[in-house]
Amino acid sequence: MSLSAAEPEVLPTTSTPPEPVAGPPQFESWGRYPKYGARVVPLHWQSDFPAALQGSYDSALPVGLGRSYGDVCLLKDGTLLQTTGMNRLIDFDPATGILTAESGISLAQILDFAVRRGFFLPVTPGTKYVTLGGAIANDIHGKNHEVAGSFGNHVPCFELVRSDGTRRLCSRTENPDWYAATIGGMGLTGLIAWAQLRLRPIVSRGIDYEGIQFHGIDEFLELKQKYHDVEYTVSWVDCVSTGKNFARGIFMLGNHAKVPGELKPSPEPKLVFPFDAPAFALNRFSVSAFNTVYFHKQGKAHVKAVHDYEPFFYPLDAVLHWNRMYGKRGLVQFQYAIPWERAKEGTIAILREIAKSGLASFLAVLKAFGDIPSLGMMSFPQAGIMFALDFPIKPGITFPLLQRLGDMTLDYGGRLYPAKDAAMTAAQFQTFYPAWQRFARFRDPMLTSSFWERVTDSTGARPTL
Amino acid sequence: MSTPALPDAHNPSAKITKKILVLGATSGIAEATCRIWAAQGAQLFLVARNPEKLAAVAADLQTRGASYVGTAVADLDDTGKHAELLSHAINSLTGMDIAYLAYGVLGDQPRAEQDFEHAAQILHSNFVAPVSLLTWLANFCVQRHAGVLAVISSVAGERGRKSNYLYGSSKAGLTAFLAGLRNRIDREGVTVLTIKPGPVATAMTAHMNIKKADVNSVAQAIVKAIDAKRDNLYVPAIFQPIMFVIRNIPDRIFKKLNL
Repeated sequence: MSLSAAEPEVLPTTSTPPEPVAGPPQFESWGRYPKYGARVVPLHWQSDFPAALQGSYDSALPVGLGRSYGDVCLLKDGTLLQTTGMNRLIDFDPATGILTAESGISLAQILDFAVRRGFFLPVTPGTKYVTLGGAIANDIHGKNHEVAGSFGNHVPCFELVRSDGTRRLCSRTENPDWYAATIGGMGLTGLIAWAQLRLRPIVSRGIDYEGIQFHGIDEFLELKQKYHDVEYTVSWVDCVSTGKNFARGIFMLGNHAKVPGELKPSPEPKLVFPFDAPAFALNRFSVSAFNTVYFHKQGKAHVKAVHDYEPFFYPLDAVLHWNRMYGKRGLVQFQYAIPWERAKEGTIAILREIAKSGLASFLAVLKAFGDIPSLGMMSFPQAGIMFALDFPIKPGITFPLLQRLGDMTLDYGGRLYPAKDAAMTAAQFQTFYPAWQRFARFRDPMLTSSFWERVTDSTGARPTL
Repeated sequence: MSTPALPDAHNPSAKITKKILVLGATSGIAEATCRIWAAQGAQLFLVARNPEKLAAVAADLQTRGASYVGTAVADLDDTGKHAELLSHAINSLTGMDIAYLAYGVLGDQPRAEQDFEHAAQILHSNFVAPVSLLTWLANFCVQRHAGVLAVISSVAGERGRKSNYLYGSSKAGLTAFLAGLRNRIDREGVTVLTIKPGPVATAMTAHMNIKKADVNSVAQAIVKAIDAKRDNLYVPAIFQPIMFVIRNIPDRIFKKLNL
């Protein structure tokens, strides 16, 4: 690099605007599919946006920790504005539990701060390595959806910054349309600079846990009915077995312990999945063996115990980069919500289709969504049955299967979850989310994602592999 | 001078709320270090140039549990204002146990090779201005026979390399100054800690496509070294043997390397 006298007078210091990171490491989504090249620009300060876009003609997308599975956090050949350096606390009021923080803070960082003060996240997904901004942008849900609704229901307000520099305070009463568009808005409406989150009090790290074996969807629904007043419920379900073991599973339930206990912070995870597993490691036999062991692990049909919240909420966070288990090709997730009206027949039909395919992995989750409405225009949760399953990517097999499963979901009146998707078609998306055209009017003209380009593409192009 | 012991519910090991002056408080390493001190209930006085960034850092540390956070907006290149600034800071803290100097610039090496003004600017920010600050602070501490001066230098100061020898020589000067200062005032009860980080993942290095240390583990090592009243800290620790090797490569070989 040579410099002439004509170079502008700029003194590089620690406060220069962020520069792009060239070349690898490439930003990957959690499923590691699809893989797209992009320029990653870290944002460290609220004032870095929209300054970071200056002189760039590419489209951009704010991203956090890349824990969404498909392409909702990717932008092919564009600029990814990574917010994780914007992770400052702004205020905390122990009287109300309201925490105000910059949007790049992770839920793990929030827990480190909150647990020792006797507070917990109001809603948490199955990993704590997501950012506050990402949790709002995908309006994530947790095991307590029936009693708490989704994440956005606990976000009283946030500040939205557009690429033209305009700033909007958004809440249910102030700029309510922008508030509704941004919750579940997939990062497309602007950058969430900071947000408020209403934490809930706890007296212990402990979770009063129960695990109950079930066989089939009817038993699952009975358990759900019986334990409707339990805060956290989720089920693991065996998607490989057929015959008498079809849809067997473990119904797991938990409440925050009521006996005061130690509120120390969590230790750092120590295990790292060290390499990309070979393509054959996950197959019908290894998964089937795992499922049998897992189903019988608890020894008897019904167990009770006190667990720490880490293994209860974040069992997979104990192994960093567990997605490498699926090998270099990566994984795709299939996650639907089907309304109660046809939830049972839809779930049985889809589970049969999956068992027939022999492609299922052991990471399968079945849960009921409650009827607290989400606040986002594009939010995924709706009352009924929610089901999620990881698939390894097998050329020529996985995507045709996902196509069939997506169409079945549509036929049963359900919808798929953009944050977990790499396969839904434009036609499917536009039926799942009829508000999409209204939502499109709130999109920032400088921001887009590979997901958005894919599902709003009028040519109806389908992903291939 | 230590302050009266205050119990801290969140960290029983922190018996004393330390009074800490932080110069260059919006630097990535300084901010991460201050978060640890804030969680211990420390009293902090922060100096930085950009008012919005300084306010954001101050609010964060206040929220995390710092028992006092004072701030001053200042351009630390302006050595003429140092005495007034430092006495104001120490008055606000009503004392000072630790001065933490994290002020510096990376500079633009290719530009500095062509443009002496830029080279001089790097030397001023990384060497001349810190000498001014440390001279005042050292004399303050010597009078009281107490205190820790913790200063961020760099492994880049261990040997000049073509990729960053302006930054490196400014830090080499700083490291040598600190060694001499330690030799003078350690016997007066004042600790001088020279911190030599390798590349750390912060805003300053965001454009560098190399392996970088996690800023929070670097910050933990710094807090530990200050508590232990150490003289030198390589962080990550692997840089101690690495720099031993790099210092000892003969120039007839070194001059041909691309480092």
